[in-house]
Amino acid sequence: MNLHEYQAKSILKKYGVAVPRGYVANTLEEAREAIQKLAQETGSPKCVVKAQIHAGGRGKGGGVKLANNADEAFTHASNILGMQLVTAQTGPEGKKVRTLLIEENVYQPGELPPKEFYISILLDRSRAQNLVMASAEGGMNIEEVAHKTPEKILKEWIDPRVGLQDFQARRIAFGLGLEGNGFREGVAFIKALYKAYIESDALLVEINPMLRTSDNRILAADAKINLDDNALFRHKDLAEMRDIYEEDPLEVEAKASDLNYVKLEGNVGCMVNGAGLAMATMDIIKLSGGEPANFLDVGGGANAQTVEAGFRIILKDPNVKAILINIFGGIVRCDRVANGIVEAYKKVGNIPVPIIVRLQGTNAAEGAKVIDESGLKVYSAITLEQAAQKVREVLG
Amino acid sequence: MSVLVNKNSRVIVQGFTGSEGSFHAGQMIEYGTQVVGGVTPGKGGTQHLDCPVFNTVAQAVAATGANVSIIFVPPAFAADAIMEAADSGIEVIICITEGIPVQDMVKVKEFIKGKNTRLIGPNCPGVITPEEAKVGIMPGFIFKKGTIGIVSKSGTLTYEAADQIAKAGLGISTAIGIGGDPIIGTTTKEAVELLMNDNETEGIVMIGEIGGNLEAEAARWIRDNGNKKPVVGFIAGQTAPKGKRMGHAGAIIGGAEDTAEAKMRIMQECGITVVKSPAEIGITMKKVLQS
Repeated sequence: MNLHEYQAKSILKKYGVAVPRGYVANTLEEAREAIQKLAQETGSPKCVVKAQIHAGGRGKGGGVKLANNADEAFTHASNILGMQLVTAQTGPEGKKVRTLLIEENVYQPGELPPKEFYISILLDRSRAQNLVMASAEGGMNIEEVAHKTPEKILKEWIDPRVGLQDFQARRIAFGLGLEGNGFREGVAFIKALYKAYIESDALLVEINPMLRTSDNRILAADAKINLDDNALFRHKDLAEMRDIYEEDPLEVEAKASDLNYVKLEGNVGCMVNGAGLAMATMDIIKLSGGEPANFLDVGGGANAQTVEAGFRIILKDPNVKAILINIFGGIVRCDRVANGIVEAYKKVGNIPVPIIVRLQGTNAAEGAKVIDESGLKVYSAITLEQAAQKVREVLG
Repeated sequence: MSVLVNKNSRVIVQGFTGSEGSFHAGQMIEYGTQVVGGVTPGKGGTQHLDCPVFNTVAQAVAATGANVSIIFVPPAFAADAIMEAADSGIEVIICITEGIPVQDMVKVKEFIKGKNTRLIGPNCPGVITPEEAKVGIMPGFIFKKGTIGIVSKSGTLTYEAADQIAKAGLGISTAIGIGGDPIIGTTTKEAVELLMNDNETEGIVMIGEIGGNLEAEAARWIRDNGNKKPVVGFIAGQTAPKGKRMGHAGAIIGGAEDTAEAKMRIMQECGITVVKSPAEIGITMKKVLQS
């Protein structure tokens, strides 16, 4: 589960990671109050107005604006709140901004020029260990840095038995070239970041940029956290941070019916039991001249209720020209699945697109017979090859 | 010979009296697997499915001589169950549970390091050696006895492959479902290695997915060890978008190297026969064995 910047910062702050002072606003009235309160607290009218959406590149898209005084800040707030923000990661339709973070401007001139760093903690799957990565090339695309100049990335793998050790935090802070107070705060920052990562069961904590201010302090200027969905059962407070406006409405609906659905851009919908077979079915659709409209794993059950819910979700996508149902009946028998499909079809009624039902496994022939004799606009198939052929035919 | 499980395997079921555990234990017994008991803390001393129930794995091992355990414990308690089995001397631990938190698995991996135990899964369908032992949730009848080993991250795709292999006139030596989580006990390479060293296995089907580098690692190992047996490979998710988790917790494209395309290219370069269509696994295996 992804979080907004303001949510990530509220978690980090709890663990002692230094973040800029700021307030959240969901309305213009709240924005006005936030601007006032912040100015009183910092003693400066300068601030930053930041759009809160789950996508990177907000600055370039016009979702992050600097203000020199309260009036400017309010103008930015009224322009950004409610706007359809388009960034490199949102797609052309953009995302509506429903929340603002109004923050102090931590890029002030002074003794030192402010400097940006990159730091993240994530799981290294191949070593089954957590990994801290840092780079003095902050504010940049880290994948690009990793690709072009891998030697500029500092890495510390964490021993699961003892966690992050002080020497590792020091090694990173020295490696980044931090000195004096900046070094001391940097070490504390890294240790607090690791604690936040572990204790909130995150899959990723990314601070880009981590800022060394002109007065040699260390702050998280931006923050991104991705939580492990499978661990949310032990973090009820974090689970509540889910923002369904950031998810595809069909995916939200599918989740409510316990279906594992991902919306895609193609023209052939599919409904499959098992995640691997579901991906393989998407691939078959592509090889048959179509494009998959979705990923949908109905799980082991594949009964009339789940199939009906699946039909309703797939059919809400106007791009869908055909549906391929692919069920490998192991312990669930194909004839029972077939009856469930027919029942679901009749309940949904008038389905305007052709449906191909591929049932393989226990009682496959009986399943095909149920489909063929249903009198509905449904084609049966037993092998994957036959299913692919049928998809080709209906797409014409 | 077969690998991991056979007719001599003495199996206990952790989470024995729960609904999943009961159902699949029943199916395993029916298949002919030697289920010698089960573990449900607090229910020790009772009988379930005509087998003794124990409070701890250590008690079960002492009383039955069990050497294999299958785990149906809910996600919040599954990591603990794996570590209990490893600590009690179980040689092969098969964890079916889906949805274990990643950080729990980081600890499990560290805990079992250096112990005389092999973990399969989690989030997997289990392991089957046809006509000997089924330690998993797969429909047994699809797996005909033969000489093809299967290593797969996916459950139903394993059944699909086994079915195609049977239709091609071949059969299975052992099928290993390694699981679809980001951290799993036995990697693709380790499972392939077991089958390469098994004298009953003549060919290997390797089924992977987007995400991670397990298939690339296995492919390089196969090449570096002289491609001793023919391997047919398939990667699911050629049409999956970047950054979206496709059902399995581990099935997510992170960078350029863990796309289906990249994995298929590496596998091909390492001498594996890669099929683009999952419909061609069986016939392709037959072809490569004949040539």
